[in-house]
This record gives sequence, C-alpha cells and structure tokens, in this order.
Amino acid sequence: MSEMTRRQFLKLSGATLAASSLALMGFSPGEALAEVRQFKLARATETRNTCPYCSVACGVLMYSLGDGAKNARQSIFHIEGDPDHPVNRGTLCPKGAALVDFIHSDSRLKYPEYRAPGSDKWQRISWDDALDRIAGLMKADRDANFTTKNADGLTVNRWLTTGMLAASASSNEVGYLTHKVARSLGLLAFDNQARV
Amino acid sequence: MALQSLDIVRRSATTLPEPQARGAHTGQVAKLIDVTKCIGCKACQVACMEWNDLRDEVGTCTGHYDNPADLSDQSWTLMRFAEYENPDSGNLEWLIRKDGCMHCADPGCLKACPSPGAIVQYANGIVDFHEENCIGCGYCITGCPFNIPRISKKDSKAYKCTLCSDRVGVGLEPACVKTCPTGAIVFGTKDDMRQHAAERIDDLKSRGFDKAGLYDPAGVGGTHVMYVLHHADQPSLYSGLPKEPTISPAVRLWKGIAKPLGLFAMAATAAVGFLHYLRKGPSETDERDEEAARRELEKTS
Amino acid sequence: MTNHWVDIKNADLVLIMGGNAAEAHPCGFKWVTEAKAHNKAKLIVVDPRFTRSASVADVYAPIRTGTDIVFLGGLINYLLANDRIQRDYVVNYTDLSFIVKDEFAFADGLYSGYDADKRSYDKSSWDYARGDDGYVRTDPTLGDPRCVYNLLKEHYARYTPEMVERVCGTPKDKVLQIWDMIASTATPDRAMTIMYALGWTQHSIGSQMIRTGAMVQLLLGNIGVAGGGMNALRGHSNIQGLTDLGLMSNLLTGYMTLPDEKEQDFEGYIGARAQKPLRPNQLSYWQNYRKFFVSFMKSWWGDAATAENHWAYDYLPKLDKPYDMLQAYELMNQGRMNGYICQGFNPLAAAPNKAKLGASFSKLKYLVIMDPLATETSEFWKNHGALNDVDSSAIQTEVFRLPTTCFAEENGSLTNSSRWLQWHWKGAEPPGEARSDLEIMAGLFLRLRERYRKDGGAFPDPVVDLTWQYAQPHSPAPEELAREYSGSALKDLPDPKDPAKIVRKAGEQLAGFAELRDDGSTASGCWIFCGAWGPTGNLMARRDNADPTGIGQTVNWAWAWPANRRVLYNRASCDPHGKPWNPGRKLIGWNGSAWVGADIPDFKADENPDNGMGPFIMNPEGVARFFARGNMAEGPFPEHYEPFETPLATNPLSPNQPQALNNPAARVFAGDREAFGKADEFPHVATTYRLTEHFHYWTKHVRLNAIVQPEQFVEIGAALADELGIGNGSRVRVSSKRGHIEAVAMVTKRIKPLTIEGRTVHQVGVPIHWGFLGVAKPGYLANTLTPFVGDGNTQTPEFKSFLVKVERV
Repeated sequence: MSEMTRRQFLKLSGATLAASSLALMGFSPGEALAEVRQFKLARATETRNTCPYCSVACGVLMYSLGDGAKNARQSIFHIEGDPDHPVNRGTLCPKGAALVDFIHSDSRLKYPEYRAPGSDKWQRISWDDALDRIAGLMKADRDANFTTKNADGLTVNRWLTTGMLAASASSNEVGYLTHKVARSLGLLAFDNQARV
Repeated sequence: MALQSLDIVRRSATTLPEPQARGAHTGQVAKLIDVTKCIGCKACQVACMEWNDLRDEVGTCTGHYDNPADLSDQSWTLMRFAEYENPDSGNLEWLIRKDGCMHCADPGCLKACPSPGAIVQYANGIVDFHEENCIGCGYCITGCPFNIPRISKKDSKAYKCTLCSDRVGVGLEPACVKTCPTGAIVFGTKDDMRQHAAERIDDLKSRGFDKAGLYDPAGVGGTHVMYVLHHADQPSLYSGLPKEPTISPAVRLWKGIAKPLGLFAMAATAAVGFLHYLRKGPSETDERDEEAARRELEKTS
Repeated sequence: MTNHWVDIKNADLVLIMGGNAAEAHPCGFKWVTEAKAHNKAKLIVVDPRFTRSASVADVYAPIRTGTDIVFLGGLINYLLANDRIQRDYVVNYTDLSFIVKDEFAFADGLYSGYDADKRSYDKSSWDYARGDDGYVRTDPTLGDPRCVYNLLKEHYARYTPEMVERVCGTPKDKVLQIWDMIASTATPDRAMTIMYALGWTQHSIGSQMIRTGAMVQLLLGNIGVAGGGMNALRGHSNIQGLTDLGLMSNLLTGYMTLPDEKEQDFEGYIGARAQKPLRPNQLSYWQNYRKFFVSFMKSWWGDAATAENHWAYDYLPKLDKPYDMLQAYELMNQGRMNGYICQGFNPLAAAPNKAKLGASFSKLKYLVIMDPLATETSEFWKNHGALNDVDSSAIQTEVFRLPTTCFAEENGSLTNSSRWLQWHWKGAEPPGEARSDLEIMAGLFLRLRERYRKDGGAFPDPVVDLTWQYAQPHSPAPEELAREYSGSALKDLPDPKDPAKIVRKAGEQLAGFAELRDDGSTASGCWIFCGAWGPTGNLMARRDNADPTGIGQTVNWAWAWPANRRVLYNRASCDPHGKPWNPGRKLIGWNGSAWVGADIPDFKADENPDNGMGPFIMNPEGVARFFARGNMAEGPFPEHYEPFETPLATNPLSPNQPQALNNPAARVFAGDREAFGKADEFPHVATTYRLTEHFHYWTKHVRLNAIVQPEQFVEIGAALADELGIGNGSRVRVSSKRGHIEAVAMVTKRIKPLTIEGRTVHQVGVPIHWGFLGVAKPGYLANTLTPFVGDGNTQTPEFKSFLVKVERV
C-alpha cells in the first residue's frame, strides 16, 4: 500500500467513478464482444520451399493468396518452418522467419535498367534491348581479346577480359546452366561466393 | 479440445457470469522459456511480428543488442540482453531474456481494466486483449506487475502478446515457440512444461548452476509463461525480472477505495473521470461491475 | 560437412572454433543443444569474442584472431606427448606410419625448397619415400625417425601451452582444461565434432587452420564416426552446390579441375588426376576420372565430343595462373578487363578494400547485374554521400541491372552443408518484369550463339556446339537441367559381364556414378550428382523423414552426394575387422559378405575388411594424410604465421626468420602490400563478422530484419573504451590503412584485452551487414577496412584479422 502514489490513486478511483457515472449519464455502448483473431491460414495454399539464406537449408512452408485458380494471382503472405523437415523441424531463425519481407522488399528490382556512361541515373530499358546490347558487348570483347594460343604456341582458348561471378544462392540448375554458358565462352575469371 | 479451448472464464469489468460448464480437463497451456538455451537470436520477435502482421519502426542502435528498444504496440515480445560477471565462477555470462506477457493465472491487467470485455482470460489460461473494447486508459499497465502492455500511438489502444490465441485456438503452438531455433521456447500443457523444466534444471545443476530453477511466481497465481533460469535466486539479473511479482497495490486498493472512502472518493475524482472520457471515449461498467470486481479481488487478496 | 546437421546430436563434445554457429546457423545449432540435452554433451567455444555461441557454452576461451594454428598445434603436441590418441585408428587409417623422403626439412618457419623471390616452394622434397615395389615405405611400429608420426611430434614440440598463452593470449589454465576435455574423446566410445566456418577460412593461413583441426580429429579417431567429423558450416544456401558444380575459376563439375596450359596432352591431363594407389590394394577412386570427365564432356558438347578430338578437350580454357576474385580485381584495376557480370553477388560489399573495388569497376566498359535486389555493386557509380563518394560523370562504365526471381518464385534444388540436394517449389510469380536466371542466361547464350553462327568470330566452336536440347530453348526448365547434370545413357549400355544383357537403354537416367563409362556412351553433367534424378525420378524431392535407427540418418529425405551417403568416410567408424568402434552409434558394419547399416557405405560394398583396403578411398594412400605432400602451398604440416597485418614485429615461433612472419607462400600484389598498415599507426586488432539478425547484405533490404538490428555498430571492449574515452552508444571512427568507417560504439564486457608477448592487445569487432542501400539505417561497407590478400591456397580474403585505429568522433 505504501507504494501507492497519489497519481495512481486518482487514476484508479477516477476510473471507477467515471465508468459508473458515464454509464448513468447514458454513454452506454452495445454489448462488448470477445473473440479471437481469425486464423489466417485456414484455406491458404501451402507450397514447400527451402530457406535461401544459410546452408542449413531449413524447410519452409509458404502460404499464398489464391488457390491456383486461373484468375487469381498468387501472392505469398506468410512463411513458417516445415515441421516435417529433419533439420529445422519447423524452426526458423530471425532471417528465415522474416522471408516474407524479402519477397515483398521495397528493394526488389522489377524492370531492366540501364546506366549510360557518365550518367548519374538509371533509365528503363526493355529486356530485348538489354540482352541484345549485352550480347553485343560480350561478343565484341571476346572476339577482340580471345586467346587461342599463348606466347609459347600452346592452345589455351581462354577469354580473360570479361569475368563473371555466379550466385551461391541460386539453384543447382541455375548454377549448372551458368557454368555451361560461361565456360563454353572460355571464361576463367569465374567464381562464386565460396571464394570469399 | 480443452487445450484449444477459448472459452472465456473471466472478462474485465463485467459481472455477467461466463459460461462455466466447460473446463480445461486435459490441462491448461503454458509456454516455457529456457533462458539457459536461448541464444538471443530474436527469431521469436520476428515470427511474432510476422504472424501478427506488425511492423515496428526501424530504430537506432543505442549501444545494446536490444532492438527495438522497448515493447510497443508493434513489438509484443523483446529480447533483453544483460552482461553479468559471475563473482562465484569468475565467468562472464550473457543473460538473455525474452520479455513479454506472462499470462498470469491471476491477471492484474484484467482486474485493473475498467472496460468490459477488453481483457479476457480463456479456460486454457491465455489472457487476451480485445482492442475493439479497449478505451486506452492504460490501467492495465498499472495493473501489470511485469510492465508489459503498451498503448498504441496510432489508435490509443493497449496491445500485448496474445500467446497467439488464434493459433492455439486451432491446435497450433504460438509463432515464437514454433520458430525458436534452439528449443529454448517450448509449449504444451502446464504440467508437461513443469516436467520439462524439472529435467532442464537437473541438467543445469549437473553443469554447476546450483541455483537453477523455475520461475512461475505465486504472487500472480503462477503464470502461463514460465522461465527456466540459471540463477533462479536472482531473477533481477535478467534485465529486472521481478523477484516476487504481485498485483499492483493500485489494483488491490479497489476494495480500499470502495469501502472506507466510499462516495467521497468517487465525488473527489469525478471530474478527472469525465475528462478522461472526453479524451479516450467511453468505458462501460456499472455498479454491478464494481461489485463483481470487488468480489473477484476478495477472492485473491 | 563430413557429417551432417542432425548428426551433431550424436556428439559427446562439441568444439566451435573458427565459427559462431549459434549466430550464423541457429537452426543447425539446435543439434548442439540436443546433444547437450540428450547426450550430456559439453560445448566448448574458442573465439576472440564472447559470442552468442559462447553464451550457451560450458567452457569459453578467448583467443587472438589469426592464431588458431598455435592453439591447435599445441593440442596436437599435448595429445602426442601424453599419448591420448586413438592408436588403432591412427595406425591403420592414417599415414602416421609412412616414411618421408630424407630431403624433406623444416627450419626457422620455412620448409625445404623455398624461393623467396617467387614466394613459393619447390615441393619435390615434400613426399613419401618409395620402396623398390614402387609403393610408399611404412613402419607400422612408428619407430622410424622419418615416419610421419615422429616428424609430426617433432614439428609440434615447439607448440607448448606457454607458447599458446604468449601468442593466442588464452590463459594457460583454460587451454589445459579444454585440451583435457578434447583428449577425452580419444576413446572409441566418445566422439567430438568440430564446427567451423569463415572464422577459419578467412585468414591468409585459413586452409592450414582447417587442416590442423582435421589432424586433431584424426588423432582422436573422430573422422567418419557418428557425432564426429570436420563440419564446415557453409555460408549461402547453395554455396556447397555451386562449388560441387565447379563454378570456381579453376574447377570443372564434381571437383574435376581445369587443365593447366602446360597440359596439352589429354592423356597426361587424365593421368595426373587418375592417381595410382600408393599402397597395395587401395581403391584410389579417382582412377575413374576418365569416366567422369568423358561423361561430363558428352553432356556439354554431345556429338561434338568424340574419342578422336579427346572429347573436345580443346574446348576447355586452359589456365596459366589462378583467376580467383582477387586476381580478377587486380587485373581490372590494371585496366586489363573490360566486362564483368554479377549474378546474385555484391562484390563491392563482399570483397576486400572497397576503394580498390570501386576504382576497378570504374575501369570496366560494361557491368551486368542480375539480382532480385538493388545491390551496392549495381550503384558503385552513384554518389551516396560519405558512404560512396564518387563522381558519376567521371565513370564511363555502362551498367545493366536485370531483375531476377527469388527462391519463392522458382522450382529447383539447393545443396546444403550436409551435401543434401533438396528440391523446392514455386509459390508465386515474380514482381514486375523479373525473370529467372535460367531465362536470362538462355537469352544471352542464344543471342551469342546466333551471332557466332551467322557472323563467326573468335573460336565459335564451343559456343555453337554446346548442347541445348531444351523444350523451350529460351527458358530451360529446372527439371530438364537436373536430369542433365544427373546423367543418362546415350546408347544402350550392355552389362560388362554379359554383353547380351542391356543394363540401361539409351535415354534412360542413370542410377549413380558407378554406371558412368569412358567410351562416350554415358552423359553426366556432374558425376557426384549422378543419380539425383535417377531411373525412378527426382530423388531430391523425397520427403520421407523416417529415422529407423534413431541416430538421425534420414536416408530417404532428399538425396545426398555422393551416392546418397550421409556421413563421409563412414568405413572409419569400424575397426579394421569391420566392427563398429562404438556399437551404440553404428553407421555401418561388415556382416561377413557386405557392408550394411544405417548409412550407405563409403567403401567398396563387398570388400572384405581383412584385405586391408583403407577407408579413405579418394586418396591414393587409402588412408588420411597428416603429411599433405605437395597439396598445400605453405607446407605439408600447418605452421603458424601471423596475419599480414599483425600487432607483432616477429613470429614468436620463428623469431629469427623475417620471411616467416606472414604466410611465405601467400600471393600479395604490389600495390596491396603498400596498403598494409603497421601497428604503430593502427594499434587495434580488428575482425569482421556476421550477426544473427542479418544475412550478408541482403536483409538490410528486409524490413523485419532491419527492425531487430537497425543500425551499424562496432563492438569495443570496455577497457579500450575507457582508455579512449568512448561512451556506449556514441559514434566512433574506425580506420585502417585503406579507409575508414563511422558507426555506433557498442561497449561490451564480451571483448577483453589480451596479453600477447607481454603487452596488451585490444580486439575490435566490425559486423558487416550495412551499406548505402536498403531499409536499415544506411551505413559504411565494412570491407572499406579489410586488406586485399588471401589464403595461400584458396585466395579467400583475410577478413578476420587486420589492424585499425579506433577514435572518438
């Protein structure tokens, strides 16, 4: 009792009386309802995936709007751990638990963009224009600088003036195809995040 | 379905008796937070915000790992980090406690709340806020011995952890429990959680933590969120966890106000109350409610 | 990982060193907490900082960054001197009994054959002695003074507990306590796992640190057993897969290697890799290299790869030196590169010395970015104030930024640290016009091929001949590619024992790499993945999580390479007669006619153990190597060298040899040596690292992660903060010879000053996750500070040890 401050006392007795007196004064809203929030996954479509961050590779369940019907565009609104997965057993770390905000990040790129030499800004470009232009730059560089034989006359067939980094968060299928294309061109300066 | 039962057993500022026929015959639920297994990764914070569709502000670093800096209407749980140099072992310990609603068996917030149905207690033990009934008076904060509820600046209503009553209601564990990478947060019936805690405490004692123990404070009738602590004799080491929490004296004083001071007290504070109404909107109760609340207090005090 | 995540629960002791699993791999770390809870395991953490892993450890010891070989070398000395090794294991399963050439020598921190001008070794003396039969000579009694056992003992005799305390700063009593705990696992019934990550790889002697850890595990008999192993906790979700698939400057798929330009002769190329056994009756599985290689070349170049043209051997580029990232940026900085493509990689943030990176990119003609997110690299040319202070008008690089899908928007497989290939499914369409990397790579390739077909150009053959039989050439399906790297029969395959019988029909998927042939009749894009998509379909998509033996071997969940094997070297979990060392945690065993058990045997399935075949079947020795022969740049035994930026003037282990202060075989480019700082100007030792709330430079774009860790900070011990008058939460400037950052000071008791060679050394922690783009508070790229030098073998940059100066702002 001794811990009770005057302010608390006032607040408390105020509430008591205010409530009573307000009711007497006719401020009486309708019967208050009490119910829990609706369970938000009830009929959501569930898709199994793997967390794209670290190499624990936790199983995740993605829940999306739309049931796959032709007229619905699916959008993922919740992700949680896959309880069947032998490693994570439903758990996710703070990164995995936040995946839905990665998918919907404001920083997601939506259109091909181009920055001209000396420019200080991006401009939109179509996919065809971008890929045509890049392929042209690559071929011009390769044709000008490809080495078929070294100074000793040995066959080397390498292209050293363009390099590439591949993404160790991309799938095996992406990695395989990327390697196939890069090496067929003769690239050697070719690495992925395993290097760092 | 008693575990999932969301039958209401108590409701703030209401005298109508709740339906009593059903009971949690297979046990009430509890969340056990094993502080000794917690690595402070904050997955629980993220999962809580993600599930409950909350997004707190992107704040600043204040020289601590605690982010956001405090609980809020958008952060219903929070890791609190404390560096402790143990004088007995000479070891540094990083004591990391997940803070949030304890879901008291005897909830001070509910008792202090003047708005009918803004705070309820379910048969399974969960204490839930129903913001549509909240008048934003903040008395739940006064009533809470753990300093948990927060008033939103957006809508002036009080928010706190629901123990994911929407998930528990369909037979799922709370979001924070499911996500916890190390299994520091577990969920089940209160009996099972006590059993699990006992095993953990044995293990801790075998590793030299003689004072390891369960935090399930009697002063609030026990809680449906419990902690395993390495130093159960010193809960305040864990960012000020109260040693013997009890319902705020302010709430206990209900009885004191009503009886010895009677109408005088009411008259003296009427003006304050009216101003409060103008600012925050109506609360709903009547003398029957007060009487019921008094009865409730008498049961516990 | 030699073992896998769930297997960690079988450990009796867990050593986390060179990593911080609780912080960086929390969901994998759960298996440590399981081992503690259900196996009464103890956890030891050795780290410069008291980390999140340390917060739940039974024993924590501090260490000066970069000195792990001293700590572990001391441990080897302790185990040998006290004979706390698993003798039957090491005598039978390692090269301890092998005799080394007389010419091999070590003195004053340098091995025989050092050439100071070239900063490299003539390694011819680093080899075993051969007998008249051509095999390596051995002495199973370990009595010969030139056997590996005695050389090892002699080498590490200098690594005393006192030396550890002097160099690492770890208190001697802590050191001895930890060594004693570790030595307890030398018995067959106890296993220790070692979990490490970038805290070992990101040093100029990182590979040798890892080797030292592996040597400890071999001495204790902890390799190949349940609950044991050397477990590299890899970074990205598919960093394992991309390495397996050979996306490195010197690799082909499945750890085959690109030819050097001197290897003009195809047979010589194969012969150097298909090594003959060094001891009698050893498997030396790489003898099958030709099958793997031919099947690979058939996958890529189909009918254009023939026996006559050596399976299109000339289509492969030949190396004259390594072209790793650091080399690439050095060439770029010299103006010798014109184009660069970054697919889901942010090197301006992720590579050392941001100033050098920015200058290098500015010299490119074109830069292509493919990414789901806006990366700093994509805007290296844009002025972001102090965080990226550049003059756009002076940068002539054309930059393309192509939006890609993210994980949720595509099918495919990822290979985790456990070597599991797990299939995943698309759940939504990408935003805007974003496309998958498959479509982008196909779009570029088809355009190039068309131009080479039409216009010709430099050596068009490998481009125009590349196999591209995808149903939609502009958008190859992940399923098609998975079948391709797994492999199929190109012709009907007759049974070698009964040619009338066909074991696989043309076009059929292969069940595993044992079916590969060297005559061009099989194709497999990556031999170690062969069988992932087998005759019965996509095994990567399997979802049976049953664990019948209870030791965590869910062999019908997804698919693991090689051959769905879950614990590598599992033959070593049994004694020489094929009985499990620890019957309570049996992985496999010899039943009299075959090897059977909870795992797929890493051995010839019907090989009677009494024939003496060793368990390390990929090594020509048949056993594990303590003596690395010529496989490491710095020498056959790991030796401690100081980081390139060190607080010490001499190497305490070889104080009289200035060439042995830092790694004598590490490559240092001229301009970079000048950019190394000295302790008088930069007195504080810094290390960079990750925080659990963030993933590299991605999650600063993710609101939820930005909320829980919003702003850049550096961790400073309370003693240093007091000395410099730095208040907790105030702003500090951290400078290295290469640049500076400013951040909030987090003053902590978790970093303590160390006493090194009699003087106080302060360590400073620099988390990496901030940059000038994203929803988190903008910050400096941490790699503004780091030195441009890598490990002597892998060229992985030395991000973990460098010198800085901390000041109040």
